[in-house]
Amino acid sequence: MEDCLAKKMEITVSEAEKRTGRNAMNMQETYTAYLIETRAVESQSEGQCAPVDSLWRRYSEFELLRNYLSVTYPHIVVPPLPEKRADFVWHKLSADNMDPDFVERRRIGLENFLLRVASHPVLCQDKIFYSFLTQEGGWKEMVNETGFQLKADSRLKALNATFRVKNPDKRFTELKHYSDELQSVISHLLRVRARVADRLYGVYKVHGNYGRVFSEWSAIEKEMGDGLQSAGHHMDVYAASIDDILEEEEHYADQLKEYLFYAEALRAVCRKHELMQYDLEMAAQDLTSKKQQCEELATGTVRTFSLKGMTSKLFGQETPEQREAKIKVLEEQIQEGEEQLKAKNLEGRDFVKSAWADIERFKEQKNHDLKEALISYAVMQISMCKKGIQVWTNAKECFSKM
Amino acid sequence: DTSLGEVNSFSPSMPISPSSMINQYKFEDEPELRDLFITVDDPESHITAIETFITYRVVTKTSRGEFDSSEYEVRRRYQDFLWLKSKLEEAHPTLIIPPLPEKFIMKGMVERFNDEFIETRRKALHKFLNRIADHPTLTFNEDFKIFLTAQAWELSSHKKQGPGLLSRMGQTVRAVASSVRGGVKNRPEMFTEMNDYMETFSQKINVLDKIAHRIYKEEREYFNEMKEYGPIHTLWSASEEDIADSLKGVASCIDKCCKATEKRMAGLSENLLPILHEYVLYSEILMGVLKRRDQIQGELDSKVDALANKKTEKDLFSEEIGKLEDKVECANNALKADWDRWKQNMQCDMRSTFTNVAENNLRYYEECLATWESFLASQTVDLHVEEDSEDRP
Repeated sequence: MEDCLAKKMEITVSEAEKRTGRNAMNMQETYTAYLIETRAVESQSEGQCAPVDSLWRRYSEFELLRNYLSVTYPHIVVPPLPEKRADFVWHKLSADNMDPDFVERRRIGLENFLLRVASHPVLCQDKIFYSFLTQEGGWKEMVNETGFQLKADSRLKALNATFRVKNPDKRFTELKHYSDELQSVISHLLRVRARVADRLYGVYKVHGNYGRVFSEWSAIEKEMGDGLQSAGHHMDVYAASIDDILEEEEHYADQLKEYLFYAEALRAVCRKHELMQYDLEMAAQDLTSKKQQCEELATGTVRTFSLKGMTSKLFGQETPEQREAKIKVLEEQIQEGEEQLKAKNLEGRDFVKSAWADIERFKEQKNHDLKEALISYAVMQISMCKKGIQVWTNAKECFSKM
Repeated sequence: DTSLGEVNSFSPSMPISPSSMINQYKFEDEPELRDLFITVDDPESHITAIETFITYRVVTKTSRGEFDSSEYEVRRRYQDFLWLKSKLEEAHPTLIIPPLPEKFIMKGMVERFNDEFIETRRKALHKFLNRIADHPTLTFNEDFKIFLTAQAWELSSHKKQGPGLLSRMGQTVRAVASSVRGGVKNRPEMFTEMNDYMETFSQKINVLDKIAHRIYKEEREYFNEMKEYGPIHTLWSASEEDIADSLKGVASCIDKCCKATEKRMAGLSENLLPILHEYVLYSEILMGVLKRRDQIQGELDSKVDALANKKTEKDLFSEEIGKLEDKVECANNALKADWDRWKQNMQCDMRSTFTNVAENNLRYYEECLATWESFLASQTVDLHVEEDSEDRP
């Protein structure tokens, strides 16, 4: 961790700005651009403040970066981006991507993404990532030149492998189940939390109605007037307090959302393993069948049914020279195949080893982060209760003076 | 002779002068001097061929001499309470008769006799009788005494006596007639003030009633969502190892807060909602009382106007007018005293009800605070334990 970029460089996503431009089809579009600021850390310890470098990036460029990282490092659990569209909203929250609150939370999410990548022992060393942070022009071209899109596995291929693979590493199968459960339970939790927030908002805001009525009522009362009026004021304070409380809670929800999206990153690693394993199994199967063919030709026995065998029986045997030629070709293919199989085996084992190392790292990070999130949730609840106690203590005093 | 509006029912034959009646109107409730204790309980369903109805047991304990016994137990149905109220209104048109729970509930009731409805009604009926018992004048009303003590058949035969339908209709006609003429023209300043006050009070109390119901509804919806929130954390803990305890801890906190919210709701429905509802009813009653005072005044005013136009028969008229003037003065004094008493009680009720609401909310937040603080403490203890074990070689 000592070598990771995060230790050497301060990274922030400090601003968000609305922009208009032309898209690929030359139509006008509105989008948000984010300002990434970087500053070298080392020179600070010398008492000097290093200059701040900055550049603007939009969400689609972050997506491109992440796609590149996922394809280039398939054994790594790549940190997820904050959501593209607002999800799990409740009535006060806007589903509009241009909404300033959404943009603000996305800004924080993007900064978090960059910090995650910068503190990852492997990912932080990537040149494309470094350029993303430091090189404004020509970055997109640079990424495309790596040709990473060609390396990407097709979804269909991956699905096929998932169904057909015979002996995947059990740990990956378990991990896949875990990530499915994690995704399901966090989605459910976020949905219900949004509904709870909505209802809580309602309870607090309705109390705000007391303020005006108490004030109007106090106008006709001689002795009760003061108590009513001041109690009404406290009810207004109570009603207004929910806005800050729920805004803080949205940050908690965002922390959970990150791990909701991490589930997909976990699944991606599992898929890669299944693909590689399937590939290996297919190659081994192919090799076995070629060896068998070879044996049959050499010994003259036909153990397996083949169209060629049938046609040769019908239309006459081949000449010994033809048979020799075939055997030679097969022997070459078998040798190639064995080398390839060896390489694939090695590749597969390396993948499993390095993937599992990153998964263990991820598990520790997840446990730490989620525990912290739960603790911060408790702290928020405690703060909300204390505010409530203060308001109602004041209100009680006013009421008792009525 | 019942032309005097206020007749002391204790001795119906003795006309009482206005000044001596003022002594009876103490607006301080003195519970230590109470000599009449009433409870309403034990609702029972009765099914006949024609109808189904509920009766309530009314138990009275008293040390008063005018009661033959010191303890009575009778069964009364809602109709009987309605009868009592109308008798009291008849006998004391400018006194504030306590509200009765309504006949029907407008919305949301499928079955007329569900347990919640019956219990709410029982409590309201209990309050109704006790408020009458605490009232310095109404407590000595003869019909009230009969209501508390008579057996069922005695009560029904008593109900059939008294002014017949025709005379009651006659009263209503006169009342309507005099209301057409006003009684507002010569209304004393004090009663105009009362009228203005009541109009505003009535508005505000109705709005408050709606707000309180809204709050209850929002709290219930919140409670319903919270019920689902806690268990998700428990479900999650099943697929985790290291954070399972933290998740279960959060689940337990949410469940406890959920229960606390249920208690808070119950507090609202037991205290604030019924009281506000009673004062909504009271505001209607008070507007009615002010109207009746105006009617009595109207009778006098119309007679005075008639006298001004007549040259002969002045003596006859002046005697009648004298009686009406007494009637108006009694009515005004009775209302003034009862009004002051009502205002005191209202202030007291509002103070204690809203203080209770505040206390309910305090209890709720304090309970929730304790729950989350103990969870937090458990989590930080774990962290310290982990740190310690890492330090050890």
